[in-house]
Parts: sequence; structure tokens; C-alpha cells
Amino acid sequence: MRKLRSAKDQTARHFMLGTAIFVILFLLVIGFSLFFKALPIMKEKNLWLLLSSANWKPFKGDFGFLPYIISTLYVSLIAIIIALPFSILTSIFLNSYASKSIRRFFEPVVDLLSGIPPVIYGVWGTLTIVPLISSKIAPKFVEFSTGYTVLAGGIVLAIMIIPLLISIMLEVFRSIPREMTDASLSMGATKWQTIKKVILRKSFPGIVAAIVLALSRAFGETMAVLMVCGNIAQIPKSFFDACYPLPALIANNYGEMLSIPSYESALMFAAFLLFTIVVLFNGLSRFTLNQIEKKYQLS
Amino acid sequence: MKYFEEKIFKIIMIGAAVIILGVLVYIIGTIFYKGVPSLTWDMITKVPSGGFYLGKEGGVLNAIAGSVFIIIGSLAISLLISIPLVMYINFYLPKKSLFSNVIRFSLDILFGVPSIVYGAFGFALMVYLGIKVSLMGGIITVAMLIMPIMMRSLDEVTRLLSRELPDALLSLGSTKYEMTKVLLRQLMPGLMTAILLAMGRGIGDAATVLFTAGYTDNIPSSLGQPAATLPLAIFFQLGSPVEEVQNRGYASAIILTVIILILSFSARYFSSKFSKNKI
Repeated sequence: MRKLRSAKDQTARHFMLGTAIFVILFLLVIGFSLFFKALPIMKEKNLWLLLSSANWKPFKGDFGFLPYIISTLYVSLIAIIIALPFSILTSIFLNSYASKSIRRFFEPVVDLLSGIPPVIYGVWGTLTIVPLISSKIAPKFVEFSTGYTVLAGGIVLAIMIIPLLISIMLEVFRSIPREMTDASLSMGATKWQTIKKVILRKSFPGIVAAIVLALSRAFGETMAVLMVCGNIAQIPKSFFDACYPLPALIANNYGEMLSIPSYESALMFAAFLLFTIVVLFNGLSRFTLNQIEKKYQLS
Repeated sequence: MKYFEEKIFKIIMIGAAVIILGVLVYIIGTIFYKGVPSLTWDMITKVPSGGFYLGKEGGVLNAIAGSVFIIIGSLAISLLISIPLVMYINFYLPKKSLFSNVIRFSLDILFGVPSIVYGAFGFALMVYLGIKVSLMGGIITVAMLIMPIMMRSLDEVTRLLSRELPDALLSLGSTKYEMTKVLLRQLMPGLMTAILLAMGRGIGDAATVLFTAGYTDNIPSSLGQPAATLPLAIFFQLGSPVEEVQNRGYASAIILTVIILILSFSARYFSSKFSKNKI
């Protein structure tokens, strides 16, 4: 009986250790297999050429990723620029001013915003943002725009990353020791002065980490962006041009690529690029956030 | 003067919060407003008929069934790995070990990997293993996507568990495995929250199933058959030039939104239950 119990215990322990090793290896396996899949195209073409050429003619063997990279950057940057003020203001409000019941009420709002599937954001974007841009906003700046633009992608993405920004910023604000804000308040500073001079300054690294994390989320977002961006392989000249971010490129072409081997490899290169950047950004910001958490837990 | 500045900023902050709330209402409102006229019983109870994509009758039962099959399968796989892993880092490893830090860090990074990358990797894996575009492929890929979500959320509640119960169990002579079984029962509400969160993400994601599960008008009857999914059904219907088909896309969007709303609120219900147990 006793033997059976300890045998069970040992088996369970080994299985658990196995899952732990699996999780760590999983990340490496994804990275390596994408890398090896992308290797043929990197051998065939100069890496720098792949990244800096704007010439995309897969059927002639030209793979220049520049339009896609620039599109991804533009869309994500617009998203951050729009989302950041809303997120910071709302998180400060929730952290310092809102009563408990308002905070309770707002939690499911943030939850729902982050839970709504990308495809629903895409539907909403095509129904509201795209026509708004083509009929109201764009005519003030350019002669003609379909509405399926960089700006539309940026706005939809902004809404999608707001919940992530808010929840991380709230965590960062919460990690600031109570004594610090109390000290400031007892010296006669107003709440707002305390926020400006203590909370925001103290949580600056955390806010930067949150931004980097949100950026990497924006880089990888596929479905919603694909539905509102227009998907034309060009370097967008203004916010009212169509663009074609990297994830949309992968999603749109995956099915038909198998006929040309270098095309498959090129799309895998896109996935590898995306993976590398996202892992790098995520790693850096998570590391910073963990560091912040640790620092204040010890004190 | 300093109070004046505070007042202005307070108004701006409330404004920002109200706008965020407004956007949420606007999104859900738009989907319902556009979709309700086309939402019929047929949508949920019938598979597409021959002329469905020309505006004839039928529904999206194929997609609903496909999504449900995929999520059940991938939940099973990821539970099988998530529970042992989380128990291992919390109860087997010492509280602040390097190994558990490395695991948690990998989970954080896996959590951030975009679903399209999982989709591409899943497809490459399927080609390597010789699996065709099928229900099976969809299940494996979605499992990869939801595993980190489930692990992180389960880990969060497990960390909150008090140290007294495990110590009591061990001092009564139970093995660690027996202790884990008892503690798992304590963690039930937390586990439910983790499952519901993972379900929400898995059901709504289109980029993972785009190349791995395929699309079909039938309800799949085995793991080797392709399976339709709700997000893809919405996407394809919207791409149609026929207006009626587009309208049904909006109706399908309602179905998906309602599923997400239910999952999200039940997750909240279970997590509030858990925190009540704590206090």
C-alpha cells in the first residue's frame, strides 16, 4: 500500500516535470521551426534586401518586405498614440479618484473589451470607422479615400489594446508603496500634484513596459486589421492610404502559397520576423514589470 | 490655482473613462443593430443549404458545431498539461526557485505570441506530421493558443492559496500527489475562471484556425474532417457580394458576441466566488 502511494507520487512528479520542460522547450521549438522554414529564402536572398526592398512580386521571385513592415509600424504607432492618453487617464482615474463601486463597475468593462474577438472588432470597424473616414474625415485632407486605410486600422487597434494598457498600468500604480503617496499628501500636496510628481514619475518604467507590451500585441493582431486596412502592398504615403501589415500578409496568402516553394519560405520568414520581434519586446517588458513587482514586494 | 488644474484634469479623466465605456456599448450596439433583423432560428439550427451563399436558406450550425468541437478538444489537451504544470510550480518547487521563474517567464512570452504565428507554426507542424487540414489540426493549434492563457490564470489564483492547508496535509502524512488532489478541489472556482477565459479566447480567434481547421458546410463527424468555425463564418459571409449573405454575417456576429458575453460574465462570477471564499 505504501509502495503504491509513493509510486503514484513519483509518477505524478515526473509527469509534472515533463510538462514544465515541455513549456520551456515549446517556445524554442516554435522559434527554431519558423527559422528553419524561413532559411531557404534567407539563403536565396540577402537578408538586408528582404527587409529593405519594396519590390513584392512573388511570381517573379521578388520578395521585398518593406511595405509590410512599414504598414505594421504605422498602424501600431497610430494605435498607441490614440490609446495611450485614454488608458493613462482612465487608469489614474480608476486608481486614485474612482470610488470602489465605480471601480467594480469598470472591471467587467475592461474585461469585455479585451474579450471581444478580433473578428467582431473587424466587423464593427468596417461598419462604423471605415465609412466615417471615407465620408467625413478623409475628404477634409485628401481627394478620395475608400476608408480602408492606415487610420482605420490604427483606430480599431487602439481600442483593442486599451484594455491591456489599462490593466497593466493599474498593476504598476498599485505597486507604488502607500507610504510614498501618503508622504506627499501629508506635506500638503494635492491629490493631483501627488499623481504628477510621485505616481507618474515613479511608475514611468512600468508605463514604458506597458507601451512596449501593447506595441507587440498590436504588431501581431491579424483579423481585425486585415478587415479594415485595405490590403494593398504599397508604402502608405498618408494616413488615408491603404496598407498591408505583416500578419494580414500571412493570413491572406497562406492557402495558395504551396505552389511556389520560395513563396512559402517567404511567408514563414514573415512569421519568423513577427515572432522574433514580439518575443523580444515581450521579454523586455515582462522582465521590467517583474523587476518592478519584486522591488516593491521586498521593501 | 492648483485645485483648478486638478478639477480640469478630473473632468478629462472622467471623460476618457466614459468614452471607453461608450465605445464598448457602441461596438455591441452596432453588432446587434445590424444583425438582429437577420437573426432567425434557422441561423442556429440549420447547416448551409445549397444556395446559402447566394442568399438562400440555411444557417451556421456547421460553424457553431465546429467551434464547439474545436474548443472542447483543445480544452481537454490544455487542461491535461496546464493543471500538472501549475501544481508543479506552486507545490513542488520551492517558493522562489529559478526554475519556476523561468517557467513563468516563458508563459508570459508564450501568452504574447500572436495567434497568426501559432497558426503558421501549427500548419507547419501539421505538414511535418502529415495531418491534413482538419478538426484535429484546429484542435492542436487552438490548444497551443489557449494553454498559456489557462496556465497563467490558474497560476494567479493558485499563488493566492494560503500555505496552511498544504502544510496541514503534509504533516498528516499525505504524499505530495495526494495533497495536490485535495488542493485542486479548493481551486475549483479558479480553475473554472481559467477554463472560461481560455474558451473565450479560443472560440473567438480566427487566425489560428484559418489554415489549420479549414472550412466546410457540414458538421464534422470525425477528427480527420475539416471543420468550419464561427469567426471564419463571419469573415467569409462579410466578404460576399450578396447583401443577404452579408446580413447573415452580422447575425453570426451576434451569435459569437453573445457566446463571448456569457463566457466573460460567468468567468467573473466564478472569480468573485473565489475571492469570497478567500475572505
